[in-house]
Amino acid sequence: MSAPRVGQPFSSPYAAGVALGLVLLAAFVFAGRGLGASGAFARTASGLVAAASPSVAADNQYFSRYLADDAPVWRDWLVLEIAGVAIGAWVSARLAGRLRLAIDRGPRIAPARRLMLAAIGGGAMGAGAVFARGCTSGQALSGGAMLSVGSWLFTIGAFASAYLLAPMLRRAWR
Amino acid sequence: MTTIALPLLIGVAFGWTLERAGLGSAPKLAGQFYLRDLTVFKVMFSAIVTAMLGVFWLSRLGAIDLSSIAIPETYVAPQLVGGLVFGAGFILAGLCPGTSCVSAATGRGDGLATMAGMFGGVLLTGLALPSVSSFYSATARGTMTLPDALHVPYGVVVFAMVLIALAGFGAAERLERRP
Repeated sequence: MSAPRVGQPFSSPYAAGVALGLVLLAAFVFAGRGLGASGAFARTASGLVAAASPSVAADNQYFSRYLADDAPVWRDWLVLEIAGVAIGAWVSARLAGRLRLAIDRGPRIAPARRLMLAAIGGGAMGAGAVFARGCTSGQALSGGAMLSVGSWLFTIGAFASAYLLAPMLRRAWR
Repeated sequence: MTTIALPLLIGVAFGWTLERAGLGSAPKLAGQFYLRDLTVFKVMFSAIVTAMLGVFWLSRLGAIDLSSIAIPETYVAPQLVGGLVFGAGFILAGLCPGTSCVSAATGRGDGLATMAGMFGGVLLTGLALPSVSSFYSATARGTMTLPDALHVPYGVVVFAMVLIALAGFGAAERLERRP
């Protein structure tokens, strides 16, 4: 069964992939860095911890890394990039007639349970991204294209574990 | 100005391509792990190969300096374990951090729930980090690329990646055509 769809059909995955690769290449060439996503969450969390307790944030080797430049959260490169992601996604979906208030889910799972699994999954991805120093954007795509060993270890680990767990989660998706 | 406009502009293009590919839809992403819809693999590998070839040729032709591009440092054990934990979250949520933003921005509640969970996960893990800091910093290898690790020239690894991608695309098309 294919995913429930509204609006126009999606682009060819190869065309979208090449376009995404050119966006990534532009980030490498013009900004000297790749794309990211979990880093925007990390920067925001660091700002929150620093606001609540400057000493806890400064003594924490993870949060302090994101606070090194002293700039406000909204001026952070990844926070601005993620704001752009939301804008670009909204405009694209609007033009293709795909904007919709809904809970996307498998055919057999209740909406409340779907939201619970999504939040738990988000939490696990957050924890994993802390140890991996990034996610599917910063590690798999960006580090992958730069042929970083750690990025490929992360990518292999992430896909291996998702494939191993998928049979146990059939009720959520099939 | 470029410090604000450039990341915003790159983000807009990033979000646009993810949405166009259909990667704002969790059931479509999850199809990857039941070998029914291999869009995730096709989009990611086409993007990696495109950017990899671009960086390789632009640096080979002298248009860019390879050392001007940040490469994530390698921490073998934490990145492998982080990947395993991340993958569990990936199949539970059906979205990754970037695509959860696409999903939420296009009106989907599951995307918003994933983003909320992500934020909580990063915050709590960050707060707990002092107690697991030795593992967090374990097996540090600095900047280490596949050509370094395999003692193979950059161009050979790039060529091998292209071949692996093409073989993967062929396999993906055959898998999707199964009854």
